[in-house]
Amino acid sequence: MNWTAIAAIYRFEMARFFRTLAQSFLSPVLSTSLYFVVFGTAIGSRIQEVEGVSYGAFIVPGLIMLSVVMLSISNASFGIYFPKFLGTIYELLSAPVNFIEIVIGYVGAAATKALFVGLVILATSTFFVDIRIEHPFAMAAFLILSCLSFSLLGFIIGIWASNFEQMSLVPQLVVTPLIFLGGTFYSISMLPPLWQTITLFNPVVYLISGFRWSFFGLADVPIALSLLAIIAFTGVCLAVIGWIFKTGWRLRS
Amino acid sequence: MTTILSIRDLRKSYADGFEALKGVSLDIEEGEILALLGPNGAGKTTLISTICGITTPTSGTVSVGGHDIQSDYRAARRMIGLVPQEIALEPFEKVWNTVRLSRGLFGLGKDNARIEDILRKLSLLDKRKNPIKELSGGMKRRVLIAKALAHEPRVLFLDEPTAGVDVELRKDMWEIVAELKRDGVTIILTTHYIEEAEAIADRVGVIDKGELLLVQDKDTLMAQMGKKQIVVMLTEPIAKIPGGLASHNLTLNGAGDSLIYTYDTHADRTGITTLLNDVSQAGLVLRDVQTRQSSLEEIFVNLVSGEAA
Repeated sequence: MNWTAIAAIYRFEMARFFRTLAQSFLSPVLSTSLYFVVFGTAIGSRIQEVEGVSYGAFIVPGLIMLSVVMLSISNASFGIYFPKFLGTIYELLSAPVNFIEIVIGYVGAAATKALFVGLVILATSTFFVDIRIEHPFAMAAFLILSCLSFSLLGFIIGIWASNFEQMSLVPQLVVTPLIFLGGTFYSISMLPPLWQTITLFNPVVYLISGFRWSFFGLADVPIALSLLAIIAFTGVCLAVIGWIFKTGWRLRS
Repeated sequence: MTTILSIRDLRKSYADGFEALKGVSLDIEEGEILALLGPNGAGKTTLISTICGITTPTSGTVSVGGHDIQSDYRAARRMIGLVPQEIALEPFEKVWNTVRLSRGLFGLGKDNARIEDILRKLSLLDKRKNPIKELSGGMKRRVLIAKALAHEPRVLFLDEPTAGVDVELRKDMWEIVAELKRDGVTIILTTHYIEEAEAIADRVGVIDKGELLLVQDKDTLMAQMGKKQIVVMLTEPIAKIPGGLASHNLTLNGAGDSLIYTYDTHADRTGITTLLNDVSQAGLVLRDVQTRQSSLEEIFVNLVSGEAA
């Protein structure tokens, strides 16, 4: 393993993040505050509690997941697409690094940035509501796994995309609806029975449910199933990346 | 001399059936400067991309310092630096950081003194903290070279280093190349300017349509390529060349109003003065005088037909 190269890619990618630190820090703080004002206050005044948890606190895990998933995808896809777009990819391809090292560098940096923002949102939310974390290790595991797996997905999108429109296609048309319909702002038990069944086909439900369980100990689906889902998703992303590595798809002619 | 780069029957075909390289074989000696001449689309960039690992070869082998570029790619690539044809740099990044990234990618640890040294040589040291977007085109090219040198390569590829570059910068570039050669770096550069090959190369390879037509010592090749013609246009057409001009080996054009004299620009005496004297001695009146040099394309045609003969 060329660890020096991995560190070089990681450091270079993180530099982009630190260059715009204020923006990276302020924008999640602002958007979280807005969500609390709109959802927590306006809707929360009508839905006092969900299964014993105040509505404001109930939406926190979903809010964190929403940002973490979107940011993981956009950071990682942008990270690898930008060199393709600028032509600087020549250097990666001609360096003594293999694809695994490239993935670790880019995905590691993208996941770190998303994790940072996730923690900022968590910290911000403590100003608005009381948060308790019943299973901190599970919470950390779900958070980190989500950052990693969606960064992997973002990396795949970045390799696949041949223009900026395609970059936003998957996040906007697929991921955003899945997150909003995945129980970010409500419990599945609040839905009519038919929709409860349909919702179970949405993979994000398992993610948010598991993450919420680590906070409040309440879940829409069994926690083991949540864990299995996120591990399976990570596995699928890794398999696709392995295939790209083998074939050089969209990278080497 | 030891061979540092050895290419054997290298072929590259694309999915659409286009054959960019049709079996190129070439040995490059350590410390030499080889210029690859060829028109656009000849396969120069494909050849470089394949050696550097950007393109996968269809068949054939390449070894750098004895390391195969596929089975032992890490060792092979560590020896190679590449300066691409297009300026490809991250605009918001600082010069220093992008050079440091290059060094890291090739597995070398932090060495600020080394990077400073490279930037100083390329007159970039005072720009090290500037974002790349603030640099001029010429400076950006230097940054590309700095990146390629950051891991102390033994072999440096320069893909069209002076395409679209003004005369001054071209001279600068040639000086940089000469200095790298003094440091013992083997340099392979592509160009379509004969003057460039003439100015800096030790050997010249001519590539066209994916084939290496010849590789020759520069001086030998330049002697062949250095032919120039003078066309002496006359006010009155003549039927045949006057006897007094027989020694000049002239040809008369079809209309009889122009004499064509071919000479070698590299010869000590081109014979132009004597010719013009003799022309006026013979009582011919000049309307105009033109000189003509064979274009690169003409030279290619000559080379191809020469090979066939």
